[in-house]
Amino acid sequence: MADVLTFTDSGIYCPAGDFYIDPWRPVPRALITHGHADHARGGMGRYLSTDGAAPVIRHRLGEIDLATIRYGETRRIGEAEVSFHPAGHVPGSAQIRVEVKGQVWVVSGDYKVVSDGLSEPFEPIPCHAFITECTFGLPVFKWTAPERLAADLNAWWAAAAGQGRFALIGAYSLGKAQRVMAAADASIGPILTHGAVENVTEVLRAQGLPLPATIRVTPELDLKAHPGALVVAPPAALSAPWARRFSPASAPATTGFASGWMALRGVRRRRAADRGFVMSDHADWAGLNDAIRATGAERIFVTHGYTSPFRRWLEEEGYDAHVVSTEYAGEGETEEEEA
Amino acid sequence: MKHFAALFRAVDQTTKTSAKVAAMAEYFSIAPDADKLWCVALFSGRRPRRTITATVLREWAAERAGIPLWLFEECYPVVGDLAETISLVLPPPEQETDRPLSHWIAEIRRLSALPEAERKAGILAAWDGLGPTERLLFTKLLTGGFRVGVSQKLMTRALAQATGQEEAELTHRLMGSWTPETVSWDSLVHAPDPTADLSRPYPFYLAYQLEDLAALGPASDWLAERKWDGIRGQLILRGGEHHLWSRGEELMTDRFPELARLKDFLPPGTVIDGEVLAWNGAAEEPLSFNALQKRIGRKTVPKKLLAEAPAILMAYDLLEWQGADLRQTPFAERRALLESAAAELPPEAPLRLSPLVAAESWEGLAGERARSRELMAEGLMLKRRDSPYLAGRKKGDWWKWKVDPLSIDAVMIYAQSGSGRRANLFTDFTFAVWKGEELVPFTKAYSGLTDAEFRQITAWVRRNTLQKFGPVRQVPPQHVFEIGFEGIQRSTRHKSGVALRFPRMLRWRHDKPVAEANTLADLQTMLATYGGPETVTEAEA
Ligand SMILES: [Zn+2]
Ligand SMILES: [Zn+2]
Repeated sequence: MADVLTFTDSGIYCPAGDFYIDPWRPVPRALITHGHADHARGGMGRYLSTDGAAPVIRHRLGEIDLATIRYGETRRIGEAEVSFHPAGHVPGSAQIRVEVKGQVWVVSGDYKVVSDGLSEPFEPIPCHAFITECTFGLPVFKWTAPERLAADLNAWWAAAAGQGRFALIGAYSLGKAQRVMAAADASIGPILTHGAVENVTEVLRAQGLPLPATIRVTPELDLKAHPGALVVAPPAALSAPWARRFSPASAPATTGFASGWMALRGVRRRRAADRGFVMSDHADWAGLNDAIRATGAERIFVTHGYTSPFRRWLEEEGYDAHVVSTEYAGEGETEEEEA
Repeated sequence: MKHFAALFRAVDQTTKTSAKVAAMAEYFSIAPDADKLWCVALFSGRRPRRTITATVLREWAAERAGIPLWLFEECYPVVGDLAETISLVLPPPEQETDRPLSHWIAEIRRLSALPEAERKAGILAAWDGLGPTERLLFTKLLTGGFRVGVSQKLMTRALAQATGQEEAELTHRLMGSWTPETVSWDSLVHAPDPTADLSRPYPFYLAYQLEDLAALGPASDWLAERKWDGIRGQLILRGGEHHLWSRGEELMTDRFPELARLKDFLPPGTVIDGEVLAWNGAAEEPLSFNALQKRIGRKTVPKKLLAEAPAILMAYDLLEWQGADLRQTPFAERRALLESAAAELPPEAPLRLSPLVAAESWEGLAGERARSRELMAEGLMLKRRDSPYLAGRKKGDWWKWKVDPLSIDAVMIYAQSGSGRRANLFTDFTFAVWKGEELVPFTKAYSGLTDAEFRQITAWVRRNTLQKFGPVRQVPPQHVFEIGFEGIQRSTRHKSGVALRFPRMLRWRHDKPVAEANTLADLQTMLATYGGPETVTEAEA
């Protein structure tokens, strides 16, 4: 029996339906799991995504031919039946289920299994073959519980605010930035945002996501009017000149990063931030293992992350496991931005 | 241990000195005495010795985590630290307990005396009862790898804030060979007579590298000496005993037994600051640093080595004389006293007076500095005539004016990732020079680049790996670096036939084509000009 999906130089391909999933080279027809830049790229002929992911994809890619689909809705493309299911990664993100002649394959996209309160919670989809990311596929990665994360974040912010200092946090613009805002206790002070964060936040807010009020940082903004604010910015902005105005000599900002890599003390210290919050939109070790088990799949293809040890681990656990190389952001180099 | 864990997180998390000091001062005001004592000990490098091998800890941790050992080994280089890897892979604690730091240190000592099965049970039970940071600290204490990003100076400042004692006084009290088993908190910090400890050294005054000669004012305000390439040492003669301290506050008395003779020639109540050198008595000049290096690693010295590489103290300052602390006396006066004391010594006494380098002007001194290598010195030391002897590294009165390092342009051929803080970067490189068409590796170096440069080269290594040998990546010869080093000697252990002293990267030579890197012949020329004989063996290097 022919494979439902194959792995090509352009991306994951379905011969029966003649479409690609999250391709990295221009193709006629692309199914997109979510709006992060390593999954949603420009130059495709036609796009299909969930209605929840579409606004951000349009915001990022501009004028494109994009059709949408609801979670759980089935669509026939050529000989394939296709449906999208919540991946819990960012709002609107999906796993894509493809069925051809009774064979079911699922592409996970990026996912996490713990609910973040904003994204539609991850749903395990029974399948024969599961193509899974493994960005954090080593047993040293275990995420902090969301309630504990919120408490740590607010304690850190409140301490800074109490000293009249800004609390400057680096968090990826789509996903973690909004989780930080949603976790922030508005009674401590106002939330300021970097333009890149605010742009995405506006799109999500317009979609009806319950996000708190934020203030866009512009050159004209009078910072003195917002003492002790929480400032949410993309990680790279914290080391850019942009961040300097939040650190007057009298009261330098305290800095933090929200990232799964903050689980590692070495990375935390190298970033030279005051605080690291272990917050990720990817599954941790236990999450990956649980998700894989829940699919009931026997064939597992692992992509971006610690693929070779993770594959070997799965094989020893009894799976028919393979490594697939993709161009999604991978090991090590994703330290800046785990998309 | 929750308080101590909170302290560790606080100093580990922040980059701000003031926040570190505040966290420590708070700890010193709330922790029980026994814990404070251990905290001071640990923060000043007085770690308990490792009593349990890392191998079994890895196995026990993997077993407890339900993962195969190979997977544990995959995690280790990603994390970059053994104790941290262990504490991360273990399942969350079943029930957390809060016992004091001193309890856990005693527990480690107790466990290390038990048969292996009981020891394992004890360690697994401890892991199960400790939260993440506590578990990391406990494991670091087990592996003997406890380190913290706080200097002794900052810790002393915090202790001064918490106790109301003078910082300088505390610095002095914390020196010496005490351990938490031999002193109490009160006797260490508060007891009335600190000089009761006859072996106690004064804090060393450390010089900075000279930045701006023009800012020093007239040369007549300064005294110059050679900067000797040995081991800084403080010799203490008190109450009929002698002690020799290293700058790292280690007792070296037994490593240099020949200095005991100085008790016969100098009166009690004398403390001398100087440089321990291996000495060629016939030529009245230092042997190479390599000769001294043989002595460093040995706690006791065989006769043959005593004869081959006899040690002397090259004296350059007098800190105590006739029992009086001279540190506030101007340097020129201390020096005059030292000269008169040294003048009385017979030639067989293992002490030499570090001669002054006379010069009327900075130009004259610059000329003297240029002669340093031929005199087996590293450069000049400049000391302000009227300066007191300060504690620690302070700018202004003492400057190192080193000769420029030797340097060579070399090609990077292998890269390896760093550890700890740099676990995700390639920082350890092997360099080669040309021998005809072939590149011959001759040194490794791992410091000298900025973090941005390390990130840049890391990205390049990832994309250009030719072959992997375990953690080592072979890369194409495309990048040239200027390698600086302090010395060169013949070596049969290296394919190139040379070994360098203190190699580091001075610059990334983006401007230099690989073909224009230096050659093995260039290194051999340097060896002939500056080189020493091969004297270092693997165990000592
Ligand atoms: Zn993503
Ligand atoms: Zn991704």
